[in-house]
Amino acid sequence: MIKVISPGLQTTVQDGGRIGFYEVGMPPSGAMDKYSYTVSNLLVGNNENAATLEITYLGPVLEFQEDALIALTGGEIPPKINGEAVPMWEALSVKAGDRLSFDFVKQGARVYLAVAGGIDVPVIMGSRSTYTLCGIGGLEGRPLQANDQLVIGADRLHSVQAGARVADELIPLFSKKHEIRVVLGLCSYRLTEESKERFFSIDWSVTPEANRVGYRFKGERLNFVEREQPFGAGSNPSNVVDLGYPIGSIQVPDGVEPIALLNDAVTGGGYATIATIISTDLNKMGQIKTNETVKFVSVSIEEALAARKEEKDKLNAIKEQLYLGTGGVINE
Amino acid sequence: MSNHQKILAAIPGIFFRKPSPEEADYVNEGDVVNEGDTIGLIEVMKTFYEVKAESAGVIESFLISNEEIVEAGQELAVLNGQSK
Repeated sequence: MIKVISPGLQTTVQDGGRIGFYEVGMPPSGAMDKYSYTVSNLLVGNNENAATLEITYLGPVLEFQEDALIALTGGEIPPKINGEAVPMWEALSVKAGDRLSFDFVKQGARVYLAVAGGIDVPVIMGSRSTYTLCGIGGLEGRPLQANDQLVIGADRLHSVQAGARVADELIPLFSKKHEIRVVLGLCSYRLTEESKERFFSIDWSVTPEANRVGYRFKGERLNFVEREQPFGAGSNPSNVVDLGYPIGSIQVPDGVEPIALLNDAVTGGGYATIATIISTDLNKMGQIKTNETVKFVSVSIEEALAARKEEKDKLNAIKEQLYLGTGGVINE
Repeated sequence: MSNHQKILAAIPGIFFRKPSPEEADYVNEGDVVNEGDTIGLIEVMKTFYEVKAESAGVIESFLISNEEIVEAGQELAVLNGQSK
């Protein structure tokens, strides 16, 4: 068991996500930064889809009530065991009675804590991920609270030794200025050419309204092409006839303050989505803090798929490095 | 002996000196605070995080205005922890 002494700002149980229910309006939830999440599980030999803790901005204080192997990845919220700094991106052995705490966030926004065996909470619609808006998954459908007890599960496939570490070149670095790659569409035709150009040329700053549901940006007003709104569309020029929203899609209600929809967002509606963040850069989005800036970069589907392959190759390199000689490499 | 301590922002967001727009500030410069007293709020992700004094003392000055944007680790106020 792991006892929650203090919960942090918003610490939730997350896994690979609640996949396959989008058409009934259920967003996937799941870890925001899938790369860091996956690596945390690999470092402790877990099933890649095992449940971890996603820690946002402010770390919790956790007391381990049994010996455990853990790993911390993601943004830099410097971890400490019994007050002593410990490294991230490394398998760490903790003893019963040890306390894990964190310093103030330095870079990035979210840290993943994997425990060998995973966090054992009930599986709801195929996932242990917390979806707070519906109050399902995770621990009672909510972020952690003081005095919660977390049970360690049995989602472990490999035996990894404490001290196993991810090679430096495979550890992502985060800064305060971000480039986020997007594929233009589905409704980019609704923006004027000038606004389309401005969308990609200005630095957008992230407002305090930035969470697992979506990130809202401040910059300048974007304009839509004038038209008579079609039947079924709302009266605002930013409205279209309802459509499914791609995960990572960006809409601009009334032309002010674009919103990127993320893991816990509504699955469809009547705002024009002007671009969609590519899957690898959704991981980067999860590490962006309020007050930081984002520049959107337009890429093709081919470039997006190449980026996805590159990330998969990195994960395979980590698997080879960690599991070679400890029972073989499992690659699908 | 005076003992100046900085009260830091643990998270990024918007700093508020009062619990709601209609209410008075939590504390003013020159006020005595006890350990654990709330001196302000930081709003982020539709969540309000209470900023607390880590020790007793006198609030000497605020370094951030009401509703100003703060970064994680930024200095919010100076606390003079001199013995009463």
